[in-house]
Amino acid sequence: MISLTVNQKAYQVDANPDMPLLWVIRDIIGLTGTKYGCGVAQCGACVVHLNGEAVRSCVTKVKRAEGQQVTTIEGLSANNDHPLQLAWNEISVPQCGYCHSGQLMSAAVLLREKPDPTDQDIDDAMAGNLCRCGTYGRIRKAIHAAAEMQQKAK
Amino acid sequence: MSTPSVSRRKFLKNSGLTGAALFLGYYFPASARQATILSGDEVDQADIELSAWIRINTDGKVTIVSHRAEMGQGVFQSIPQIVAEELEVNLADVNIIFAKGEPKKYGSQITGGSSTIRGSYKNLLNLGATARVMLVAAAGKKWNVPVSECYAEAGQVIHRTSGKKLHYGELVLDASKMEAPKDIKLKPRSEYKLIGKPLTRQDTPLKTNGTAIFGLDKKIPGMVYAAVERNPRLRGKVKSFDDSATRKVPGVKNVFKMQMLVFSTIREGVAVIADSTWAAIQGKKALKVEWDDTGFEHISSEEIYKQQHAVLKTKEGMSFKKIGDPDAVLKQAAKKLDVVYETPYQTHSCMEPLNCVAHWQGDKLEIWGPIQAPDWVQGDLSEKMKLPIEKVIVNMTFLGGGFGRKAFTDYTHEAAVISKEINGPVQVVWTREDDMTQGPFRPGVSYRCEGAVANGAVSAFKVRMAGQNMDVWGGGKKDVPNGSATEGFLPAYMEGIKNISFADVPFETPIPVMWWRSVYASTNGFAFESFMDELAVAAGKDPLEFRRQYLKEERLQHLIDKMEAVSGWKSRKKNEGYGTAITECFSSTVGQIVKVSKNAAGKVQIDHVWAVMDCGWYVNPDTIQAQVEGSIVMALGAATQHETTFKDGLAVQQNFYAYNMPRINEIPPIDVYVMDNNFDAGGVGEPGLPPFSPALTNAIFDLTGKRIRRLPFSLDSV
Repeated sequence: MISLTVNQKAYQVDANPDMPLLWVIRDIIGLTGTKYGCGVAQCGACVVHLNGEAVRSCVTKVKRAEGQQVTTIEGLSANNDHPLQLAWNEISVPQCGYCHSGQLMSAAVLLREKPDPTDQDIDDAMAGNLCRCGTYGRIRKAIHAAAEMQQKAK
Repeated sequence: MSTPSVSRRKFLKNSGLTGAALFLGYYFPASARQATILSGDEVDQADIELSAWIRINTDGKVTIVSHRAEMGQGVFQSIPQIVAEELEVNLADVNIIFAKGEPKKYGSQITGGSSTIRGSYKNLLNLGATARVMLVAAAGKKWNVPVSECYAEAGQVIHRTSGKKLHYGELVLDASKMEAPKDIKLKPRSEYKLIGKPLTRQDTPLKTNGTAIFGLDKKIPGMVYAAVERNPRLRGKVKSFDDSATRKVPGVKNVFKMQMLVFSTIREGVAVIADSTWAAIQGKKALKVEWDDTGFEHISSEEIYKQQHAVLKTKEGMSFKKIGDPDAVLKQAAKKLDVVYETPYQTHSCMEPLNCVAHWQGDKLEIWGPIQAPDWVQGDLSEKMKLPIEKVIVNMTFLGGGFGRKAFTDYTHEAAVISKEINGPVQVVWTREDDMTQGPFRPGVSYRCEGAVANGAVSAFKVRMAGQNMDVWGGGKKDVPNGSATEGFLPAYMEGIKNISFADVPFETPIPVMWWRSVYASTNGFAFESFMDELAVAAGKDPLEFRRQYLKEERLQHLIDKMEAVSGWKSRKKNEGYGTAITECFSSTVGQIVKVSKNAAGKVQIDHVWAVMDCGWYVNPDTIQAQVEGSIVMALGAATQHETTFKDGLAVQQNFYAYNMPRINEIPPIDVYVMDNNFDAGGVGEPGLPPFSPALTNAIFDLTGKRIRRLPFSLDSV
């Protein structure tokens, strides 16, 4: 049994300690917002927060999360109202939407660390997240919009 | 196709609703393309099954059905936006749901060929309007006032003079007893409240908090997981396999050899069943399989292009289209061009790898998955699993990308075979490596283009293509030329160029091929519009003006005017390279202009892309812009970053580290403009892709004098 906290809820999971966090979250805990894209840390579809830091859950063994705090897309905000989620909706960023859980989780760390990111900051933070639909221009626009929203709220 | 008798009661029950409701849908007779509108009550009389595109319950709840797949292209938004316009309901007040695969109700459900809106918008407008007219008529009758004094707005009918109001829900019982009226007058475009507006997408909230259910997210009670080690060369047999290590992987429950028909050959593989996706994948990795594929050619990319060049050199091929006599002109021409363009094989690489949930229940089969063509899946499984069509239930989930791959029905069939074998529900998951190496691929095609110019105009234009033919792979005849030999080519060129010909020189390999976004236009467009540019240069003309002389229709002249105006084509500076290309496919024309320059390191960089889309009548300009932006990014990757190559009959690139798709830091600014006119609606999801690569390489020629005739190429290597 491995204990971990996901979205502030405590779980005891009966899993092989080597199983990637991704599959524990999806197949055992049943939160399917976190996506499988490549399995080798290339695409970013599986990004979650481990103690607030963005990690690729497809290559993060569950034992590394033992006793730790995990946040998935389902826990990014209570009411789909994180500034990034609001901006994503306002700008209609997603097309198929599959990669956007990971996009949002990467962007959330960026916005926390750099409340007013430059285009270069966005490139640096988001280049690990692939989007086959090519929504990159809108992702950039929405991160800037969310930053603005966050500033105004202060 | 038969139209079985279904009573109204049964229809209501099938629809999963109880109580009264107004249903409106179309009856698609087997032979006719034109649909007939019928209301719920006419079902009994007409003795047919009705599609339920619009359902209004007595509580006023409106449900609009999307009969097509949502794979990012936005129909989950645009179908309701069309219906709600004429129905007079607020989009925020309606539920949108996916249809099941039921072609008898919905007509064709294949999401492909950029066909959803252009193929059904007139029907959908009529449907919404018909429902509204019936509801208004029901209100007039109830109030005993002339219908002309009543109008509909935001889900209710209002009596103009008294101000009385009734919600649609209060009228559905009466309306459902009426016959659907004929010859409904539709709104003029000037009165649209929803259509033509850049409304935000209704499905975005589901995609920002993890609640959208994609195929891979579907879970049903008792479901196990499966991963399959398939013959890496598509065909051939399992000679032997050793599963001793696999069976030691915790969570693995079962291992067995399986086989199924893919295209016209049997594909064999070994399936691993487990209690989690990860255990199934680990079990698959631990398998040792020996394959027997004697008799199948183990081809390499070098051989493919060598052979294509060889046949293009010596063979005329099968003529697809010929106007005038280009050969005679070429023979006499003082100066002629004779060049070959090469395009690569590509994978779809949807972010959501292939997957499917199947539940075999003896006399019945239910499927859930990211499916582009639920009607095709239903037909395919009925035939291959030997079940009556109504015993195959196909449910669509959201698709994490499709691009043509998820219209091919091998993965749904495979899941059904495995579910039958284990006699229970299963989700089959393809790893990224499976998804990237198994195909079917977009075929790499080579084009030999010959041409001549005289007096500033094209005097001969001759194209021969050599590439694998998807029609043949789909079961079509081998002795006819590729039906898409001119896909992407502007029809107006055919009228203006006096001597022109297109031919297909047959070329095949054992590598499986199938549709990829914009299909043959994705490769044809590169050859056609690069060559047009070469001819313009040979004629000493400005490339855009050169095209203009052939594109005389007012509509095309407007498109070119727009391209010039937004890009600053005429005011370009000396150290800037500008390139253009215009292609037409799926009834839409897109013109693009790419601007390039050299960066501090002396490398070519893309400064800007301008795209002008003419798709005629349209629903949501923001959705169109998004589709063209995405098409350009996909084309950028296919032109400058990734390709699938083959060695020993195997795909070399297995995951994203080798198949390098564009990332956020590699995207130029892209501006998309949508032309405003009232021509019939054209496609939106694909036509933005083909013009990008020729516009880019034409721009590079303009800047550097270097002509690029092979894709992909690295911007750094120019």
